Amino acid sequence: MSANGQAASDGVTRPAWRDEGSSRIPSAVYTDRSIYDRELERIFYGPHWSYVGLEIEVPEAGCFKRTSVGERSVIMIRNRKGEINVLENRCAHRAMRFCQERTGQVKTLVCPYHQWNYNHDGKLLGVPFRNGVKGNGGMPDDFRLEDNGLNRLQVAVRNGVVFACFDSAVEPLEDYLGEDILASFDRTFDGRELVLLGYSRQRIPGNWKLMMENIKDPYHPGLLHTWFVTFGLWRADNDSRLRMDRHHRHAAMISRRSSQVTGNVAEGVTSFRANMTLNEPLLLDIVHEPWWGDDTVCMTTVFPNVIFQQQVNSLSTRQIIPAGPGSFDFVWTHFGFADDDAEMTERRLRQANLFGPAGFVSADDGEVIEFSQDGLVQDKAFATMCELDGRGVGPTEHMVTETLIRGMYRYWREVMEL
Amino acid sequence: MSLTPDLRHAVADLYAAYAACLDDGRYEEWPAFFTADGWYRVVARENFDRDLPLSVISLKGRPMMVDRVVGITSTIFHAPYYQRHIVGLPVLAVADDATIHASVNYAVFRTKRDMAAEIYNVGQYIDKIDFEDGKLKFKKKFCVYDNDLIPNSMIYPI
Ligand code: FES
Ligand SMILES: [Fe+2]
Repeated sequence: MSANGQAASDGVTRPAWRDEGSSRIPSAVYTDRSIYDRELERIFYGPHWSYVGLEIEVPEAGCFKRTSVGERSVIMIRNRKGEINVLENRCAHRAMRFCQERTGQVKTLVCPYHQWNYNHDGKLLGVPFRNGVKGNGGMPDDFRLEDNGLNRLQVAVRNGVVFACFDSAVEPLEDYLGEDILASFDRTFDGRELVLLGYSRQRIPGNWKLMMENIKDPYHPGLLHTWFVTFGLWRADNDSRLRMDRHHRHAAMISRRSSQVTGNVAEGVTSFRANMTLNEPLLLDIVHEPWWGDDTVCMTTVFPNVIFQQQVNSLSTRQIIPAGPGSFDFVWTHFGFADDDAEMTERRLRQANLFGPAGFVSADDGEVIEFSQDGLVQDKAFATMCELDGRGVGPTEHMVTETLIRGMYRYWREVMEL
Repeated sequence: MSLTPDLRHAVADLYAAYAACLDDGRYEEWPAFFTADGWYRVVARENFDRDLPLSVISLKGRPMMVDRVVGITSTIFHAPYYQRHIVGLPVLAVADDATIHASVNYAVFRTKRDMAAEIYNVGQYIDKIDFEDGKLKFKKKFCVYDNDLIPNSMIYPI
């Protein structure tokens, strides 16, 4: 039980919401262990699709990548038919998390402890000494290989992007995303072949939802991030629109870069630097790509664990791996397209200086999340204030709003029953 | 060019001065450690070993490095911290192109306010060193770090 709520008979703290709405989020939602454990059960291991990777990361049969869904370690692996499986990295014998390499290629998956051996579909192929040795020992008569495979998750692959779910009751991915979010997903992932550029990994000492909030918050980029304001990449006066799925758990923030700054946006915004210019203009050498249309930015948050980023020529997936209520790992996978020429690849890599653990417009996001968590931990009786543009939830044609955050918590309250 | 004792000394001095510059927080002086077309790159070992081109920071040429310095000193919000570099002895070779190839282990400690020092970044410098205007400079400096996870953010150069 925390200072901010009652533990009910189920042992889960009841956060002290001020009302039925979702505009004031109590500290316990970010800091309480019993609430976090319910999030793992109902959200990460419940009927929600989690991003696990890109198909190009496992190009051939037997190629695998180890990652996580919630706190559970999983292996994304391609089988001989070319299909993708996601298997839990937990041996069916005595639980060992047997896969320790991050990537590789294997004929079969072997747990080194007692050499139980699984195929690419997670089926148990054999176990040593099954029939005993010299008539001694061995498995009981009712032992069946079929009963002892690896835990195999539901998998959905769409245009090269792989999602997985522990819960077999999960709806099809397309329904899960809904029409508007699917449209922003398909805008980037339209079936073109992708190219992997590399990874960045950071551990951020804050609750995982603070990262979702950060990318559902179009209020801050034009204030916190000098580069965004000064170079017009993301500013309150840019043409933009915000979209959600019908449950309000996912969102798309779509916007257009502008070169003209309107007066009241520059006024009073201390991060705007009228005279700032780049010594190396190549850092913002933006080249329009036909698939963008008029929009230069599209940030899609897919609940619960991924953000799809298109910021001008920089493309990435950002995966959230929660690690307790107060910490998560943030894994960036940068990519391009197979038909990019060398110049475009170089441009994507150069613009990656803006994004990632050291990025000009994202290093500070990790910092503000850390200090937000500190504030929530220090005042257990606090509730945050997300009332820019009112207390309701709905799509907008502007970005002076916290509606997407309210939307996520409206859904969170439903699914968590808290 | 051959690796005379004088040259080895000069290289050791370069590393000592580089670390001192960063540890003292004299970031404005940092780009001058590079040749005009120098390449500074901080890259996860995971990417480096697999030939994946993504870097955490990749700056080509001194002007881009100057932009980074402006970024860390005046645009990126972050908690203040000190860095302390411990740099090992360089393994040196003179390459066919007459530049010096150096690989050097490093460890960087980070100390935030109200906190004990922590191991922040551990890796290897893989460098190319050349003369520019009679001074040794980095033509290429790759900071290839072993620790998979960056503890939150990376602001200052390594
Ligand atoms: S724990 Fe895996 S084979 Fe025994
Ligand atoms: Fe941000």
